Amino acid sequence: MDLTFSESEEQFRSEVREWLTVNVPKPALPSGDTAPGFALHLEWERKLFDARYSVVSWPSDLGGRDATLWEWLIFEEEYWLANAPQRVTQNGIFLLAPTIFEFGTAEQQRRLLPKMASGEHTWCQGWSEPNAGSDLAGISSRAVRDASAGGWRLAGQKTWTTRGAFCTHLFGLFRTEPEAAASGSRPGRHHSMTYFLVELDQPGVTVRGVERLDGDLGFAEVFFDDVFVPDDMVLGGVNEGWSVAMATTGSERGLTLRSPGRFLATAQRLIELCKERIASGGARDQAVQDRIVQAWIDAEAYRWQTFGTVTRLVDGAKSGAESSMVKLFWSELDVRLQELALELLGPHAELIDGDFAHWMKAYEFALAGPIYAGTNEIQRNVVAERVLGLPRK
Amino acid sequence: MRFEFSQEQFQFRDAVRDVLAKTCQPGDVREAWNNQTGRAPSAWAALHDMGVLAMLAPTEAGGLGLTELDIVLILEETGRCALPEPIVETALIAAPEGWVNGTDSASVSLPESPFGVWTDTCASVVTLTADGVRVAPRESVRLTQRESVDGARRLFAIDMGSTAPIAPVTSTALAFRRGVLGTSAQLLGLADRMIEMTVDYVKEREQFGVKIGTFQAVKHHLANARTKLEFARPLTYRAAASLASRDALASQHVSMAKVQSSDAASLAARVALQCHGAIGYTTECDLHLFMKRSWALERAWGAANWHRRMIAQSLFERL
Ligand SMILES: Cc1cc2nc3c(=O)[nH]c(=O)nc-3n(C[C@H](O)[C@H](O)[C@H](O)COP(=O)(O)OP(=O)(O)OC[C@H]3O[C@@H](n4cnc5c(N)ncnc54)[C@H](O)[C@@H]3O)c2cc1C
Repeated sequence: MDLTFSESEEQFRSEVREWLTVNVPKPALPSGDTAPGFALHLEWERKLFDARYSVVSWPSDLGGRDATLWEWLIFEEEYWLANAPQRVTQNGIFLLAPTIFEFGTAEQQRRLLPKMASGEHTWCQGWSEPNAGSDLAGISSRAVRDASAGGWRLAGQKTWTTRGAFCTHLFGLFRTEPEAAASGSRPGRHHSMTYFLVELDQPGVTVRGVERLDGDLGFAEVFFDDVFVPDDMVLGGVNEGWSVAMATTGSERGLTLRSPGRFLATAQRLIELCKERIASGGARDQAVQDRIVQAWIDAEAYRWQTFGTVTRLVDGAKSGAESSMVKLFWSELDVRLQELALELLGPHAELIDGDFAHWMKAYEFALAGPIYAGTNEIQRNVVAERVLGLPRK
Repeated sequence: MRFEFSQEQFQFRDAVRDVLAKTCQPGDVREAWNNQTGRAPSAWAALHDMGVLAMLAPTEAGGLGLTELDIVLILEETGRCALPEPIVETALIAAPEGWVNGTDSASVSLPESPFGVWTDTCASVVTLTADGVRVAPRESVRLTQRESVDGARRLFAIDMGSTAPIAPVTSTALAFRRGVLGTSAQLLGLADRMIEMTVDYVKEREQFGVKIGTFQAVKHHLANARTKLEFARPLTYRAAASLASRDALASQHVSMAKVQSSDAASLAARVALQCHGAIGYTTECDLHLFMKRSWALERAWGAANWHRRMIAQSLFERL
């Protein structure tokens, strides 16, 4: 056991902190889930990229700085503590990139990753369809081989595509052997999908923005009508899309998408809010204060659980079904943190103008956590079956 | 002991439910989000025509001379349809005191609920403070508009200027208790509606080749929400009876009602959203109209924690 960061890690932390202190936009940017807000966030992404902070853990020739996992964690802690903008590029850099590193050819990596790092390409995730949410293997959007053109033709519809209305590219699963799927057998359903990378600005693609709970156009429906995708935009093998996609869902649930730094920072801000409310004449509410303490403890627990996971990953282990527990934990912690802020605000909680508006917005976003990245009901099934070894139904 | 409403009370509730089912549909609530006033005028007119607005007004003043116990089920219905109207402020607080009559409406603010709702289109503005009740015509007060997460709720910070208190502190207390009771009743209706919508949805939506309502996880969520509601309703009904009979502990009883109904609505909203999945996370789905009203009302007229502290004071004082 050694519970200290090395000198060079501490050095990295202070560099990051200094840079963020100078550069984080103030006042905070408008929501990145609106067209004008998205554009401003891209400017910020560009600034991060120019300072080589957009993808610290990537190799330097692809736009990163070869940071270790530990340094990446430190970066995240500092990023959220500095109240820096949400990452509108996150679905690319946190969800797609790990898959490209694992399954992409060297050529694909060189062609796709630097543009992702700079924000020139922005990626959205095309998994869900109207009839395939939790049951992702139930997708029906399909791709038909066009051998003479050297590629595939896509047809169908994706939905709930986060920031699909603003992104340049989509990664998603499409059915490449509809007959196998129709047989209904499990292997049939799972071995007939392929992972495609699709440019959205082309004939046959129609994107309709859909308002999320907070009124932003953060969702999209994406329709495909005879959309051409060249062979070099297939990720992994044809008909192997399911295993390619599943290999990295751990990233979404576990470490990368929602690192502990976020929740540590929110817990800190919640404590500040509580102190401010008392200082400005609010009643001291021991019951709420106790729950804030518990939420802060939980954020620390997530941090230390992560330190264990990172140690094992650095030692060469693979992440497994434990990531489902991580997803359950952070998503429910986030709801509690934001709910506590609303409790502190009392009748001011409903305001969406003025100084406290961001808390209601953050509460609304936290409520989505138990739904996206695999619902918490599904995660509980995974924990029961794959961590505890309980029999499947 | 007989803890049940009368046949007449149920019948009137059903009649109001029928009328609101026609005049305050989700489309009408959406309309209120987008219109000038945030209100649903045809529902308001219908409630006036049925005598609801004047239920508690004395008969001498042309009212029905009824009590909180007679109106509590009606208020629950106004929650069930997320009625965007100041029904609690008007029918339960202002009309019984003669501060408004006819189709006129009232807006009320107080330290625990510092914003009036729909104030700019109300005839009378009422504030409740420790030194008494102030009532003024809308034209004589200064309003500053604020924005609520519930787009139908038009919020205003109210400046009463030099208006002097007209009523003694005892009527402040009564007005406050009535407001808390009415809000609790609306929260029950909201919770019930969100559970009902979700039950309907999970019987339709299929994943993995079956209705999602067949999954035990989904069933348990909904059963928990329904159970919470089951143990919120009786306390609101009991508080209504306590107010009607001017029970000495009425203050504690309305606080208990508000705690329980706020928590029941909060859980119902959470469960409803979770069982809907992403579709519930859009403004295209009606659920958000009910969820956002719940979030606002849970914390209006004293949030659950505030009322727990009030109850704690009285409980531990008497030890
Ligand atoms: C904010 C947000 C952003 C999103 N972004 C994206 C995106 O960028 N790209 C994308 O592809 N998708 C995205 N999604 C969609 C997300 O992946 C789906 O919402 C999720 O997979 C659940 O599917 P569903 O919404 O269809 O719900 P359903 O699958 O219909 O589930 C409804 C309810 O039934 C329960 N249920 C379903 N099956 C079972 C079971 N077997 N056992 C127990 N309970 C079950 C669920 O847990 C849930 O409570 C996003 C969703 C949200 C809320």
